[in-house]
Amino acid sequence: MQPYDLPDDFGHFGQFGGTFVAETLIEALDELRDMYAKYKDDPDFLTEFHHDLKHFVGRPSPIYFAERLTKKIGGAKIYLKREDLNHTGAHKVNNTVGQALLAKRMGKPRVIAETGAGQHGVATATIAARLGLECVVYMGAEDIKRQSPNVYRMKLLGATVVPVESGSKTLKDALNEALRDWVTNVSNTFYIIGTVAGPHPYPMMVRDFNSVVGKECKIQMPELENKQPDVIVACVGGGSNAMGIFYPYIDDKNVQLVGVEAAGDGIETGKHAAPLTSNSAIGVLHGNRTYLMQNDEGQIIDTHSVSAGLDYPGVGPEHAWLKDSGRASYVAITDKEALESFHNLCLIEGIIPALETSHALAYAEKIAAKMSPEEIILVNLSGRGDKDINTVADISGISL
Amino acid sequence: MSRIQATFKSLKNKKEKALIPFFTAGDPHPDKTVEIMNTLVSAGADMIELGIPFSDPMADGPVIQRASERALKNNVGITTTIKLAAEFRKNNKTTPIILMGYANPIEAIGIDNFVSLIKDADIDGVITVDYPPEESEQFVKKLKENGIDSIFLISPTTDNKRIELIINQATGFLYYVSLKGVTGSANIDINQVSKKVKNIKEFTELPVGVGFGVRDAKTAKEVAAISDAVVIGSRIVQEIEESNDGDLINNIRNLVVEMKNSISEEVISK
Ligand SMILES: Cc1ncc(COP(=O)(O)O)c(C=O)c1O
Repeated sequence: MQPYDLPDDFGHFGQFGGTFVAETLIEALDELRDMYAKYKDDPDFLTEFHHDLKHFVGRPSPIYFAERLTKKIGGAKIYLKREDLNHTGAHKVNNTVGQALLAKRMGKPRVIAETGAGQHGVATATIAARLGLECVVYMGAEDIKRQSPNVYRMKLLGATVVPVESGSKTLKDALNEALRDWVTNVSNTFYIIGTVAGPHPYPMMVRDFNSVVGKECKIQMPELENKQPDVIVACVGGGSNAMGIFYPYIDDKNVQLVGVEAAGDGIETGKHAAPLTSNSAIGVLHGNRTYLMQNDEGQIIDTHSVSAGLDYPGVGPEHAWLKDSGRASYVAITDKEALESFHNLCLIEGIIPALETSHALAYAEKIAAKMSPEEIILVNLSGRGDKDINTVADISGISL
Repeated sequence: MSRIQATFKSLKNKKEKALIPFFTAGDPHPDKTVEIMNTLVSAGADMIELGIPFSDPMADGPVIQRASERALKNNVGITTTIKLAAEFRKNNKTTPIILMGYANPIEAIGIDNFVSLIKDADIDGVITVDYPPEESEQFVKKLKENGIDSIFLISPTTDNKRIELIINQATGFLYYVSLKGVTGSANIDINQVSKKVKNIKEFTELPVGVGFGVRDAKTAKEVAAISDAVVIGSRIVQEIEESNDGDLINNIRNLVVEMKNSISEEVISK
């Protein structure tokens, strides 16, 4: 069997991916592609990367058996890959450490990032502080309101947070604004994209840096259970935590891969952020071809999710490919279901999960009930929920 | 010969340079679009670049972003843009119309459908900001088969190898983006632009237009002196944004006349 080897040299995953950007960015992307190709297997670079992942991030993250949750549901065993225990509280830091080290090698003194939930912004600000790089984070004005603790965190870390007032004032607009900054400051600036989207080589590079998650699982699961999981479940915004845990398992066809999108108020209401589950049309946004939530005339439509990190109208091109090829399947969980699972995990396991992650948990709970106790579900617990306590309190009618 | 080629040829014979104003279809209102186009022509525009509104215009600065937002509020998208251009064409058979936009609206209505619609509308050229030559071979081929020009951007960061790649696909003219940045950014460095335009011309006979950052008559004149066409975008859109309904047409006319006179002066002084 041919091992999985996508993307091709031009960043294509079948018909998805690619490099759809204005000419001004091509040179910067070519440079990035060449530098990444040079360093991705460079022993010095990898030593530095893994040193930072171990000593700065705190890897490897444990896999934890959610015993009480498993009992309560009564079905498959539920295991949690604890990315919430990373420094800065989410999987996002794996990728920012990698890209920031690359920025340093490329001699770029300034890094920029877009952020939705603020987790990627915080992770970027953190590594920028550690490496002494100037850091500017673009964040939708709408998201700044709902993720205020993370905004202050970024400022404490010395980053400049720029509110984005254009369009829907959320993650997609922050990405547009970051691209505009990059076009303007391309000679001294490295753009650290926070998910497996954007033009080539970003979807591949972000996946690679995050794949440390899945690589650890492949070692840890057999140590715990003498076998690999039957199902892996991860939430999908752009799809970086999902790609990180899926990627090392793509050729292990016995392991089912499930991505969980945000159904918001429900797919049928149109107020959601689930381009794959809702069978959206294929289009071009932010430098790649993928499934996109859009109207008949190709205007990107407003998305809705209780979790800022999933509130994105597109999805990484590799997920589009995994869906079409049938290797992974995609489902969606509503705000309400995610909130229930959020509270559940707090009360039953003593873990406050991110609202993004709560979508994956909710789906795992759904299928666990229908599976046998010999079977194993591994959930990527992509982040912790401290950043979400204001949102959850608001919804519960509590003012903090 | 395409309408764009013919226009450049006749300007060359007169030793003149092309003035190409840009604005977004449907801004400030679709009822005004054809009138604005006619005004641009009567004020001295040689071709018109008509923006297709898009929700996520990643290469545009705030001025053109807001124009897109206003147009979208007026429900003007890609199909209405083409209809408005067709309406203009009914009474003007000579001025080339170039659509400028992003890939997604084109793909959403389907490339074949798009090409057939703009052919019926007798539109002359297309600039698709986020279709670099590597990703647009099929599209360009279809445009060519239908006699529509594909205008490509060249930027300060485009090296010679890429210039060759681009001119292999480009027809009509080449559009040199005069600065690293989005539309409407700071003023341009005319010496650098001059060098790069010369550099591009070593590779091709195609006319070279310059845009992004031409904000006043003086710059327009300097740019005209070193290129074949001057594209003025954000400055026109700003005028549309800042004018009240009563003054709109007059203000646009005055602005374009001023630019045109400045460009022509350059020719006369030679
Ligand atoms: C904890 C957490 N999980 C998931 C996501 C969604 O991003 P992705 O789909 O790239 O993993 C985010 C984004 O901010 C996040 O903070």
